[in-house]
Amino acid sequence: MRRGIAATALVAALALAATACGGDKNDNGGDNAGGEISGTVTWWDTSNDTEKATFQKIAEAFTAQHPKVTVKYVNVPYGDAQNKVKNAFSSGAEAPDVIRADVGWVADFASLGYLDKVPADAAKKVDAEFLPQAAASGKYESQLYAVPQVIDSLGLFYNKKMLADAGVKPPTNLEELKTAAAAIKAKTGKTGLYLRGDDSYWSLPFIYGEGGDLVDAKTKTVTIDNAAGIKAFKDARDLITSGAAVTNATDGYDNMQTAFKSGEVAMMVNGPWAVKDTYSGAQFTDKTNLGISAVPAGSVKAGAPQGGHDLAVYAGSKNRTAAHAFVEYMTSQEVQVQATKELSLLPTRTAAYETPEVKGNEMVAFFKPAVDKAVERAWIPENGSLFEPLKLQFTKAVTGTSSPEDAAKATGVEFRKILKGWK
Amino acid sequence: MASQTSRSVAAAAGDDIDVARGRGRGTDRKPGASPGRVRRALATHWYAWTMVTPVVLVLGVIVGWPLVRGIYLSLTDANERNVARTIGPNTIDATYQFVGFDNYTAALSDPVFLDRLVWTVIWTVACVSVTFALGLGLATILNRDFRGRAVYRMALILPWAVPGFVSVFAWRFLFNRDNGILNKVLEGGGISAVPWLDDPTWAKLAVITVNVWLGIPFMMVALLGGLQSIPGELYEAAEMDGASPWQRFRHITLPGLRTVSMTVILLSTIWTFNMFPVIFLLTRGGPGDSTEILVTQAFRQAFVTSPRDFAGSATWGVLILALLMIFALVYRRSLRKQGEVW
Repeated sequence: MRRGIAATALVAALALAATACGGDKNDNGGDNAGGEISGTVTWWDTSNDTEKATFQKIAEAFTAQHPKVTVKYVNVPYGDAQNKVKNAFSSGAEAPDVIRADVGWVADFASLGYLDKVPADAAKKVDAEFLPQAAASGKYESQLYAVPQVIDSLGLFYNKKMLADAGVKPPTNLEELKTAAAAIKAKTGKTGLYLRGDDSYWSLPFIYGEGGDLVDAKTKTVTIDNAAGIKAFKDARDLITSGAAVTNATDGYDNMQTAFKSGEVAMMVNGPWAVKDTYSGAQFTDKTNLGISAVPAGSVKAGAPQGGHDLAVYAGSKNRTAAHAFVEYMTSQEVQVQATKELSLLPTRTAAYETPEVKGNEMVAFFKPAVDKAVERAWIPENGSLFEPLKLQFTKAVTGTSSPEDAAKATGVEFRKILKGWK
Repeated sequence: MASQTSRSVAAAAGDDIDVARGRGRGTDRKPGASPGRVRRALATHWYAWTMVTPVVLVLGVIVGWPLVRGIYLSLTDANERNVARTIGPNTIDATYQFVGFDNYTAALSDPVFLDRLVWTVIWTVACVSVTFALGLGLATILNRDFRGRAVYRMALILPWAVPGFVSVFAWRFLFNRDNGILNKVLEGGGISAVPWLDDPTWAKLAVITVNVWLGIPFMMVALLGGLQSIPGELYEAAEMDGASPWQRFRHITLPGLRTVSMTVILLSTIWTFNMFPVIFLLTRGGPGDSTEILVTQAFRQAFVTSPRDFAGSATWGVLILALLMIFALVYRRSLRKQGEVW
């Protein structure tokens, strides 16, 4: 009996030593001798209420390929996610192994040392097989830290019936938008457009539309407060004062979806992630009533930002091998095609666009050209921080608490505080 | 009781302790000199000191240490990028530096600080005065004997029982301009919708309303306790002397409530000054930054911008603490002048 205990203890000690050695070599405890990965992968997903069931199902199916890996799916509402992720990463307590990060967060998290580099062979595949603009969003200092999961951009969603009743076509620029809105008000009594005044991302089409941008990373110049930027703030304010659009300073996203789905407004600017939810509205029981076109152009062009989400592995994760395998799986062609089929989301793999499911998807048919033309943002660590002051001032300008000029100038002042040493 | 016990124990233990301490530690002291005040206090009250030590230690760890650390951080340029951290294989050393009072000069010369301070003071005064007035009114009503008093009391204490964030979210739904119940009711009555959370002035009113609603139960219960401790004979006597209800209220109720009300006003002021959840959950400081108070602004600096500005946020925290301490001191002094021993 006693010998039995001693033997068990010896085996246990050896096993411990073996795993410890394994840990030293490639720094992960979840990789055993047979090359089969094991452990728990906690994934923080930021997809919205209509998307999360699908992603949970897909994520948990990972265990079919790797039976020894347990996937723990956690849905973190997008709005609070950036903060929660940072809290978890910096303290290390209860931190997830994999996160779904907005493309704007990757450089920030990577620069702070929170993210694990994508292994070299996987990174090579990303360069070869993914849309180049999507791959760019996962990089920081020419190292790949995140693999793109979905790509998106903004488009103009419109209620085909309401536009037809008013006898107008989907507007292609701000002038046409105002005319169309006036016709809609006259014929149906409803408002033309819902304009999100409480979120900076939605201000970007106005800024790009005038040929402007937040910053120019090449010359390290803040450009939000130049003539184009000021004009963009004026354009947005003008839509509100002319009655062409309505806005809110709080709860904008929910109010926008409610108003559009119930036919209170005829148009809104939104992205592919909203398609499934929009179909659930009373106005869209007939799915063909939803039309999508490019965001209205400003005086220079029609420009929408490139958005999307990347999957990244936490540098402090205890199961990094399993985590990277999970990321690879979640960004595989089959998974991306499934997400397109069920949620109308846009794949990031070039070859996925050749599959019949993706080719035949009406939303992809519209959004793909939009994504190809979408304005790539400056992938700098400060990207996420720029949105706070922009949101503050954009809200002030749109709701009329501050003049468009003052708001644009104030945004520039704040940007220069964040981007030390920039012009 | 406690002091008596400790004294008697100390007396029983007698001089032994004193001698032992004197030999062990007081080597630098001249022989024959009487023990210092601290030493004598320690010797007499050693029992009490032993009893409070765990509390002092725990408080030291959970309050004292963060406070000291916060003050230290406010004198540096620490942020998320330059503090030491180890994340998996990435080890990053601390590179932040001591910058003296630079953060304080920056904060105090920033117009944003003054803006937030002015609104925070308005917010605090408005909330506390309205809560106190309504709480006193309700307490006075409930202090009478009437049918169903217990039910009313329960109903009025209810907001206290509901978790704060639940109430605030409920109010947020009520206030929603396009789909909220409040506006639906107004529109039903032919009144145009009010931009509750979209207009700076309305949003300010909205946050004050919610905070008052949340604060009334505490105020009411505390004041009701105070009212019930006022002897009924005083009212009887006043009535006999022909005092009007207002005179009775002015000259009996208010002075009788003074100790209670002074305490609740002080507490309520401190709580309201730092009332983070109501503002943050209801408006997130918006529209724009119009309802941002000092603490929500400090939170924004620490947690919203990137890299997180630990030093700047700590500076704001220390300034808020200093403001509240000054307030409490002035308040106490003014009470002492009025003859209150508080």
